Amino acid sequence: MKPRSSGSVIRLAAPLRALAQRFSFLLLVLASIALMMVGKIESVSVDTARARVTDAFAPILDAISRPAATAARVVESVVELENAFDENQRLKAENARLLQWKQAALRLESENSSLRSLLRVRPEPSVNYIAARVIATPGSSFVRTLVVTAGKRDGVRKGQAALAGAGLVGRVIEVGEWSSRVLLLTDINARVPVVLGNSRQRAILAGDNSDQAKLLYLPPDSPVQAGERVVTSGDGGLFPPGLPVGVVTAVSERGVRVLPSADLSRIEHLRLVDFGLPGTDLDLSPEWK
Amino acid sequence: MTATFWQRLDKAGRNLAPFAVTVMMVLVGMVPAPVPGYAPVAPNLTLISVYYWTIHRPDLMRPGVAFMIGLLQDFLIGGPLGVNALLLVVAQWAVLNQRRVFLASTFALLWFGFTLVMAGAVVLQWLAFSMLDSAALSILPALFQGLLTVATFPAVGWLLIRVHRAFLNG
Repeated sequence: MKPRSSGSVIRLAAPLRALAQRFSFLLLVLASIALMMVGKIESVSVDTARARVTDAFAPILDAISRPAATAARVVESVVELENAFDENQRLKAENARLLQWKQAALRLESENSSLRSLLRVRPEPSVNYIAARVIATPGSSFVRTLVVTAGKRDGVRKGQAALAGAGLVGRVIEVGEWSSRVLLLTDINARVPVVLGNSRQRAILAGDNSDQAKLLYLPPDSPVQAGERVVTSGDGGLFPPGLPVGVVTAVSERGVRVLPSADLSRIEHLRLVDFGLPGTDLDLSPEWK
Repeated sequence: MTATFWQRLDKAGRNLAPFAVTVMMVLVGMVPAPVPGYAPVAPNLTLISVYYWTIHRPDLMRPGVAFMIGLLQDFLIGGPLGVNALLLVVAQWAVLNQRRVFLASTFALLWFGFTLVMAGAVVLQWLAFSMLDSAALSILPALFQGLLTVATFPAVGWLLIRVHRAFLNG
């Protein structure tokens, strides 16, 4: 009696288990798709949850990114040692040129301040910088973000501009307690109001997941030339005006391409700009993710 | 016959190895390397790990585990939620269905099998992101990422075999 019943249990259990397995697969696929929907609709609470998870893993990411950075620095310093002589010559020449520019800048500054005092211009709000180290990149072909080691307790707020070296890198989109996430200029979701250096033409810089970004909403007959500098316009009050963004590299029927001044693929440290403008509490407006 | 508390704890710890190693792969895959253009094509180490454990220890790499790891990855990389979860669940399911073929085969065939899984993953990822961003994205970076992942498969696979032997033998 007993062996037969246990045999029938086994005979029953095998298809049941198979069914459960198949069911769990379908369930998990549906759950993933449901999550994609939720992420689209409930982006604010998803961002909060994301910040928590990133915070939790930030110490580990910080620890494992250190040896990689150190190894890279060693390799780089060996390469630099090889090029030291050439580099020295180049820097001497550059220094001579920069000293001339310094004179020009000092002259312009004094002229500027005297003109300002004549006109009684209100000075721009003061700008504070928060330095942060990059501890993670997404490692995905379709997402261009960075995780950095500065958060709420360091004064980082959503929407702040991120600068590295020669120019703007992106914008803070999510802030945790001690880590935050920066959306790079080249991400497909990035939009930055800019103004062109020479023609003073306003436009929106939009990423498309490639190494260069494109300019949107330029009038068709605008006199844009390759080599023109692109800076932030300060429209919308998100970024301070005049931050260097990039250089126009190509003008064609397919659009105007802009190469970011900062090398986005090898950022180790960046500065978050605490630009004291009132009324930019972005946590209230979810559409400006 | 009955295992003591410590033996059971030890076994539970060892059984966590596939999960722990895969989570580690998620984190290591996110380490910024100062190589121009590296981040978009960084190899998908997580997929290698899920593939390996699904073949060798499917009892420890269940669909739920793959889902959780994918979800963690989605949270950490900052992309839309659910994409990597879907990717890993589908990959786990596909590999599990063909597990007998892989188990009995040589390393070269294992590698070839991974190439197929990676190709599927590239297309699935591209489709998901194109739909979520409602734009026709370029598939090229994903394709290069796939190639790089396939290229790193032997090295990562060797590492996983080491972990497998160290923690889960017997």
